[in-house]
Amino acid sequence: MSYRVIGSAVLRKEVAGKVAGTADYVDDLKLPGMWHGITVRSTIARGRIRNITFEPGVPWDEFTVVTANDIPGKNIVSLIVEDQPYLASDTINHAYEPILLLAHPNKYLLEKARSLVKIDYETLPAIFDVDTALQSEHVIKRYLMEKGDVDAAWSQAAHIFEGEYSTGAQEQLYIEPNGMIATFDHKYGVTVRGSMQCPYYIHKSLMPLFDLPAEKIRVIQQETGGAFGGKEEYPSMIAGHAALLAWKSGHPVKLIYDREEDMAATTKRHPSRTRHKTAVAEDGTLLAMDIEFVIDGGAYATLSAVVLSRGTIHAAGPYRCSNVRVRSTAVITNSPPHGAFRGFGAPQSIFALERHMDRIARGLNLAPEVFRERNLLHTGDTTATGQTIHQTLDLPGLQKRALTHASYCAKKASFRELNKTSAVKKGIGFATFFHGAGFTGSGERYLQSVANLRVTSEGKVQILCSMTEMGQGTNTVLTQVAAEMLNIPYEWVTILRPDTALVPNSGPTVASRTTMIIGKLVENASKVLKNKLGLPAEYTCEQFAAACAQHGAQEISVQYQEPGAIYWDDQKYRGDAYGAYSWAVYVAEVSVDTLTGETCVDHFTALQEVGRVLHPILAAGQIEGGVLQGIGFALYEKVQFRDGAMVNNQMTNYIVPTSMDVPAISVLFEEVPYEHGALGAKGIGELPMDGPAPAILNAIEDALGVSFNHVPLLPEEILERCEG
Amino acid sequence: MTETPVTLTVNGISYTVTVPPMKRLLDVLREDLSLTGTKEGCGEGECGACSVMLDGLLVNSCLVPVKQVDGSQIETIESADLDAIQQAFAETGAAQCGICTPGMILAAQELLNHTPHPTREQIREGLAGNICRCTGYQKIFDAVELVSLRNA
Amino acid sequence: MRAHLPDFELVVAADLPSALSLLGNGESWRPMAGGTDLMVLFNAGRLPYRKLVSIAKIAELNGITVSPDSITIAAGTTYSVIQRNPILKAEFPLLCQAANWTGSPANQNRGTIGGNIANASPAADTPPALLVYDAELELISAKGSRRIPYHQFHTGYKAMQMRPDELLMKIHLPRSHHSLKQYARKVGTRKAQAISKVCFNGTAQMDGSVITSIRIGIGSVAPIPLRCHQVETALTGQTLTPTLISHAREVVAQEIKPIDDIRSTSQYRSLVTQNLLSEFLRQLL
Repeated sequence: MSYRVIGSAVLRKEVAGKVAGTADYVDDLKLPGMWHGITVRSTIARGRIRNITFEPGVPWDEFTVVTANDIPGKNIVSLIVEDQPYLASDTINHAYEPILLLAHPNKYLLEKARSLVKIDYETLPAIFDVDTALQSEHVIKRYLMEKGDVDAAWSQAAHIFEGEYSTGAQEQLYIEPNGMIATFDHKYGVTVRGSMQCPYYIHKSLMPLFDLPAEKIRVIQQETGGAFGGKEEYPSMIAGHAALLAWKSGHPVKLIYDREEDMAATTKRHPSRTRHKTAVAEDGTLLAMDIEFVIDGGAYATLSAVVLSRGTIHAAGPYRCSNVRVRSTAVITNSPPHGAFRGFGAPQSIFALERHMDRIARGLNLAPEVFRERNLLHTGDTTATGQTIHQTLDLPGLQKRALTHASYCAKKASFRELNKTSAVKKGIGFATFFHGAGFTGSGERYLQSVANLRVTSEGKVQILCSMTEMGQGTNTVLTQVAAEMLNIPYEWVTILRPDTALVPNSGPTVASRTTMIIGKLVENASKVLKNKLGLPAEYTCEQFAAACAQHGAQEISVQYQEPGAIYWDDQKYRGDAYGAYSWAVYVAEVSVDTLTGETCVDHFTALQEVGRVLHPILAAGQIEGGVLQGIGFALYEKVQFRDGAMVNNQMTNYIVPTSMDVPAISVLFEEVPYEHGALGAKGIGELPMDGPAPAILNAIEDALGVSFNHVPLLPEEILERCEG
Repeated sequence: MTETPVTLTVNGISYTVTVPPMKRLLDVLREDLSLTGTKEGCGEGECGACSVMLDGLLVNSCLVPVKQVDGSQIETIESADLDAIQQAFAETGAAQCGICTPGMILAAQELLNHTPHPTREQIREGLAGNICRCTGYQKIFDAVELVSLRNA
Repeated sequence: MRAHLPDFELVVAADLPSALSLLGNGESWRPMAGGTDLMVLFNAGRLPYRKLVSIAKIAELNGITVSPDSITIAAGTTYSVIQRNPILKAEFPLLCQAANWTGSPANQNRGTIGGNIANASPAADTPPALLVYDAELELISAKGSRRIPYHQFHTGYKAMQMRPDELLMKIHLPRSHHSLKQYARKVGTRKAQAISKVCFNGTAQMDGSVITSIRIGIGSVAPIPLRCHQVETALTGQTLTPTLISHAREVVAQEIKPIDDIRSTSQYRSLVTQNLLSEFLRQLL
């Protein structure tokens, strides 16, 4: 099948402004009469507010102050559980919890004012570790996912392997910090512009905050400088704050976080701990997998239940096993709430699994690829949730191709020789994994996403949906789909900036769903349009334009229809978890310097089967970017907490890889088109986050012969073990 | 302290602004001159999103107090002389979210100014002061190589 | 940006006498050169000084002069200029390496060697090189100038042999090191833009397998950039053998005073220092 627009590296719709410096991020905007806002936050992790004093030193009468008492509607950030206030009124549950807001026309006065707000607390004992939280029953969510009979399998096992694996928090570190500009007006209500992934999440949360109806809240996405999940739920908080200040001051208010505040106060990846107990037959067949998975949700529920869900479903990996049990728990502690970050629970549970698979292989004296191959899913097999794999799936072939491309066997052998005499030990390791695209189970059906196509009488087409561009190329890919389906030039299709007053709710830009699910809506809308225009099977773009002239301007709206049968049981946690999975094998080649414990990733191979590659450069870009975030997760990015607050909240002390640290990354794609994804495409945005950490730690074990089971793995720990 | 007049030539145009002497060059560009192409990512001189040319040398404008550079020549992303690099960035996929892009382009300009045909290793070194969180850097390296190739 | 702008004064000194006059007038004026240390504090709302005088354009503080016996680097010379100077590259490669390791290209265009010294961070990268090169500092004030060997300059954490009315003017490097074996290695949190966990510099002269002279300077393992006199004494005049290397490791482990901090641990720093010392010594054979 050859395509005109799909599959080619068309120039991105949104790129011109970015390279010219004219793209309008929220901090680039100035509104007439605009004031600036700042947030006063708790300095303790748990306690009660006794007293608030405004010390002299700034003209307080010029300031607008907003506290919880001012809130016109409900002081709750609407998400899943109604537990998180916009502003703490008397109880504090985490460090950096917002307490009050200040606004003033002079932004340089705000920090001084903030320093003059003195808050008197009664400190209460706080919980920062998951075991104490578990013992104290501070649990927000539990899942039990069962297949077959795990307990019966132990007696038949030739071998039983156990392991414990953990992952730390990780900061998204989008280079553009969170920011919003809000205006309030009695006639039109609240308007918020800012950096975000999900305009309709913000819209939903602002309604009860102000006790205003839907048409009196308007949310507009500005150019967004990176998000990675960090701007999925958090923006509702900052949007509400900016809007409250605008509402009370009577002025537009711009509220932008600086880096220190953004890092300390906003969400991070959930820390995790996974325990595996696995029964294996003599020949290496997996008999049973018993998995305990715990994540630290921080002080409020936010999206922890959903992160837990995805982590749970991915915990047993792309393997065939008749008996699986996953017992998972999300606990509450007094850390700032954790939230969405690319991968969303899967990087955590897949890290554990792929490290554990290497442990088992080693224990059985089988090569890791041989052991895995014996257990990989094939077409017709069922996953841990009992989902039958219908698509053509050749995981052994994928594994073979990746390992061959990376010269895995040859390198492994040559490294063994080299390491005998070198202080710098080299190793090679891999991970085989999958990532479900779209919302889990009935999630997409529940979202009922809508996308519209508007066409002018000249044949120009505009896509209207709430999917946000944040670097991944949403605007380009969706217009490619429309242009391809309608057989018109790519230049004839545009996409409207997401604005809740103007676009329908297509659901959030998360879960690797944009291309696959919303792209499919665009594909369907295009078909509907072609029918309406009465076009023949083959036509030219001139004929398209002529048909549009004849029929006049119109708008097509399509809503998500669940493709065929997706059976998901939310109670038993069984059934078809995702419409489709992308499958991958990642190979990491590392050098570990035994003098310093430093690990360098020398080369990385990323092979994945993704349905269809709609834009080769954008697709590769997602993989390369995700791989580097995964390398950061594995080797560099440690969030350091003291008394429940992040203390390395500056870019000088929170270490992300630079251009000197990144290896060459070899990206390879395979395509097995998914009929319910746009032109066969499946989701890929989060997939690359899952593989690097286990692949790298497997490689380090290959290099050193020492097993490490947590990330981030820093040189200090490596050196300590090597010297000891 | 009272405000003080400062004269800057930015992208060839002379401006005089009256500002507090410690106001950052970054903020003078963005607020007083409405040249918002230069971005703030960290305020610590680590991310490079605020990079501009100061008298022909790459600097982090978030670390420059404007009074200190009174009378200087500044080149920002709004300059007309960057289009070869901008074009290459657009074609190779070197810009994803775009927030690091202006600083990255200025850094590429500095590198190419003193090393017109850099090796991949030299590109890595030259851009080491600019953090990108989206791309994994590969396509940024490609973009700089493309400019170098076109200038051969 | 957390600083309250109206609280700060910044003037640009036209020449050296006017800068020195301000520094000496008892009103707590402080010098600012490239600003890459001070402005980070300023942006975070943590700069303790309110009155700053820019010394960036002062003629006497810029330039590198060469004489038969020494190279003089004016304190306002930037890292970029240092690492590109051909004579420094040929005769003082460890200093050029240190300049290349500091910060980023953009920060190297602004940051100065004088600022690196006077900021007195024990983690700075140029001090270990200056220590092994026997650098001598020249300080100036309205009262006159004086010289001090660099290894006597730092007296404790962020404490220096420099009065508030003094400016660091020149760094003198004797041209007697180019025939020595030279080694430098920095271990940081990543390969670029990293504050060091350990920064090890060493020079040595060998006569066969006898160490006739040796100098070791290490950053990030003590409250000050450390010149390892004890290790040097233990090694000078000795025959380099595996046993000597083991002994040297023990001596350096005693001499350094590393701490646990936000970047690393005392134990790691000690192990790495010992390992780098071993690596340096092994390369001398």
